[in-house]
Amino acid sequence: MGRKLLLTHIDVPGIQSYSVYKAQGGYRSVDKVLKSMSPDDVVEEVKKSGLRGRGGAGFPTGMKWSFLAKPEGVPRYLVCNADESEPGTFKDRYLMTHIPHALIEGMIVSSYALGAHTSFIYVRGEMMPQIRILEKAIAEAKAAGYLGKNILGSGYDLELYVQPGGGAYICGEETALLESLEGKRGNPRIKPPFPAIAGLYGCPTVVNNVESIAATVPIINDGGEEYAKIGIERSTGTKLISAGGNLAKPGVYEIELGLPVEEFIYSDEYCGGIANGKKLKAVVAGGSSVPILPANLITKTIKGDARLMTYESLADGGFQSGTMMGSGGFIAFDEDQCIVRNTWNFTRFYRHESCGQCSPCREGTGWMEKVLYNIEHGQGTMNDIDLLWDIQRKIEGNTICPLGDAAAWPVAAAIRHFRDEFEWHINHGQEAQSRNYGLAHYADPLEVVTES
Amino acid sequence: MAEEIQKFQVSIDGISVEVDAGTTILNAARQIGGDIVPPAMCYYSKLEGSGGKCRTCLVKVTKGSEKDPRPMPKLVASCRTTVMDGMEVQNITSPDVVDARKSVVEMLLINHPLDCPVCDQAGECKLQDLGYEHGSENTRYDFPRRTFERIDIGDKIQLHMNRCILCYRCVYVANQLTDTREHGILYRGDHAEISTYIENALDNDYIGNVIDVCPVGALTDKTFRFKNRVWFTKPVNAHRDCPSCSGKVTLWYKGADVLRVTARKDEYDEVEEFICNTCRFDKKETSDWTLEDPTKISQESVIASNHYTQFQPPAVIAENTPLKEANWEQLARTEKLK
Amino acid sequence: MLSLKENLVVDFSPSLLEKFGEIVARYPEGRQKSALLPILHEVQAVYGWLSVDMMDKVASYLSIKPIEVYEVATFYSMYFLQPQGKYTLEVCRTGPCCLVGAEKIMDHLEDKLGIKEGEISADGLFSWRGVECLAACGFGPVLQIGPEYTFYENLTPDSVDALIANLRTEAQAKD
Repeated sequence: MGRKLLLTHIDVPGIQSYSVYKAQGGYRSVDKVLKSMSPDDVVEEVKKSGLRGRGGAGFPTGMKWSFLAKPEGVPRYLVCNADESEPGTFKDRYLMTHIPHALIEGMIVSSYALGAHTSFIYVRGEMMPQIRILEKAIAEAKAAGYLGKNILGSGYDLELYVQPGGGAYICGEETALLESLEGKRGNPRIKPPFPAIAGLYGCPTVVNNVESIAATVPIINDGGEEYAKIGIERSTGTKLISAGGNLAKPGVYEIELGLPVEEFIYSDEYCGGIANGKKLKAVVAGGSSVPILPANLITKTIKGDARLMTYESLADGGFQSGTMMGSGGFIAFDEDQCIVRNTWNFTRFYRHESCGQCSPCREGTGWMEKVLYNIEHGQGTMNDIDLLWDIQRKIEGNTICPLGDAAAWPVAAAIRHFRDEFEWHINHGQEAQSRNYGLAHYADPLEVVTES
Repeated sequence: MAEEIQKFQVSIDGISVEVDAGTTILNAARQIGGDIVPPAMCYYSKLEGSGGKCRTCLVKVTKGSEKDPRPMPKLVASCRTTVMDGMEVQNITSPDVVDARKSVVEMLLINHPLDCPVCDQAGECKLQDLGYEHGSENTRYDFPRRTFERIDIGDKIQLHMNRCILCYRCVYVANQLTDTREHGILYRGDHAEISTYIENALDNDYIGNVIDVCPVGALTDKTFRFKNRVWFTKPVNAHRDCPSCSGKVTLWYKGADVLRVTARKDEYDEVEEFICNTCRFDKKETSDWTLEDPTKISQESVIASNHYTQFQPPAVIAENTPLKEANWEQLARTEKLK
Repeated sequence: MLSLKENLVVDFSPSLLEKFGEIVARYPEGRQKSALLPILHEVQAVYGWLSVDMMDKVASYLSIKPIEVYEVATFYSMYFLQPQGKYTLEVCRTGPCCLVGAEKIMDHLEDKLGIKEGEISADGLFSWRGVECLAACGFGPVLQIGPEYTFYENLTPDSVDALIANLRTEAQAKD
């Protein structure tokens, strides 16, 4: 059994409530930091842990914290990014639903570390039930003296608020989130300045994912070094993986980083294999934005090594034969699924979610969606594949925020790895309306490429 | 004593220039001038917060600074990226930049109606220039183009949203120059549009400036609508004693008639001083104005084709008495226009 | 552009205004615009949608310009700018849910309710639409119903039928 740090008490009845959470050792980390640690000690501990941002970019959290500007007399803010909307990802909803106090506890510890006295949890508006759960948890924590003025007699004050979004994937981008929190359209800001210098209301701000903030609790309780012992290389600690698609046991799993992908998919401790006895065709390992890989590249790298659930191993081979950890949204496709249809579906998503500020993303996402719609519906031409490749190339890297890249990568990867399925769709337009291409050779073992 | 402003050395396409710290790459390029200045469709130096959106001004930073010489990983918007000391930038010398710019132009044009023959902006349209300089001959987009209803925002301004490239300049003008903003960006993604949501007139002393800052034919002057093609009109600088603005304008003549009044623009097509609605819409008699010189028009512009500027006697005439006598009429006119 | 024909003119109740006040108090002085998204949710929870009049009144409450409210209300996908059915069923239509049958659920809803996406049923009770990823991919297909965004997971045609029957009963009971 892998170690659990975030979901340890997930099965304890009533763990949603303050009293049960507290009885299980909850809020120890707040006691510890307020009584025996300076804010800088906390930052140092998080640095030692090697924790990397769990929202998708994987940037070291401690380092992000240390960039925060601290001018005299200017408030600083911590904003938790709970705008979980990346297709395939649902771990934050799970955590907030079942163990809301883990997030509240992490918010207090992190706010203290950053010197923030007002912090916000920006939750996507669709998660109204989770907003109510968090509001209740905040009220409980406040009643217990963990929020408000002079917490535990330490002299530290903190108010914590939940802010609902309005329905916009783009608000998961941290500057769009801040715009939204200021009551504006979720248009990503043009950087620099970065939020660490000028974020919410122009003040220094840190924006962290729900899971990253919750992870500070075990880091403080057990020490950063202890946390860093779990995992491999620069992938330390545990990670929540949202497993969806055609798996026997979809759901949220806490894994120790370094777990082999094959074990994650097929072992009974985790996903239990592919649903209905089917075969695996492809996997999107880190949320819809990351490159899709055929079955034969997800369990083994191109060098023939077992692929592991780590930032490094998933990215092994670059975009040619690898993918990314992203937000840990693990989507499995069985042999009956159509990669063309899914690519069209994802592209429709990005078109729908583009804010429309910058031209390559605004125009390019819509263009790709229309071309893919044609191919999926039997109206494509062979030129369309090259056209798609060219459009995604023109979006990637040329936009204000990463949404452009996120829209381009899935298209690029689908063409890179599943080009024959696209070609079959085009050459058999009629047939493709009634049946799918199937597994084809996508699970066949690949010839190992060794560096010469 | 005022603190001395730090100076940074930056090179753009191999040409070095020393600029104040805090200058953007685009403005550093403008200080050099010429071909190496990136085009800007959304950036407007007089409008705070503008820029970064259209992506036409993307450039490549091949050396970040003297201190940290690493190149920047992606192309950057030159209008919103400030220079560092020792920075090296490539614009037209980078095939990546030229390629990206071409891509951006293609994106800007896929949903554009290309109705230049009936567009009042034709001849002074930045998208037309950009398409001419960086565009492809063929379109690869074979889907119906996005369309919107044409709307009148007030009795003087027409919004032709089909042509809009969402540069946001008109929104900044309304925010920064007028008391109340009635229009803005509605919806999102490729459905985003400039609108008032409910039919509200833009009624404000300075709102006419949205016409001048619009790089395309999305916002046009209804008092000039279909009156004439801009290249048949002759721009002349003029001024009047205006109680609310500087009163410095350009009058666009056809024969003896003033067909339209605009603010004066600089070589980057930016308004020098914003003008009030009275000057723009209500003063269309020569007698309202004190005339100055013919407006300087770049030789590249189609407007220059029919345009007189000051008569410049070729050197050969100036040195030669018989030729001088033969051209006395022209020379006298030059004197008069000085 | 919207015509003012469908403009529901309202007066916000004292209890709603009290909620507005609580929300505004969360933000620093002069940053009351931050309350815009939460306040629009509160208004929509009461009236089911946002009319121009409601948005104008929110603008005046927050001392911002009406266009600033329109810009926001049109940007975010959760705000309805037209009247909806009493229950709007929002089905996730994004990739992972489609892998497990979301498209069939939408077809089923269309047949069952006899209305297309975006329409309102003749009795005014139902409308439905496909929405993008609801972050519940492991429990798909899923749908949500406002204003509390109650979640229904692992949908099958049968469970959808049962849900619709329950909602009808609930609506009748309220009448």
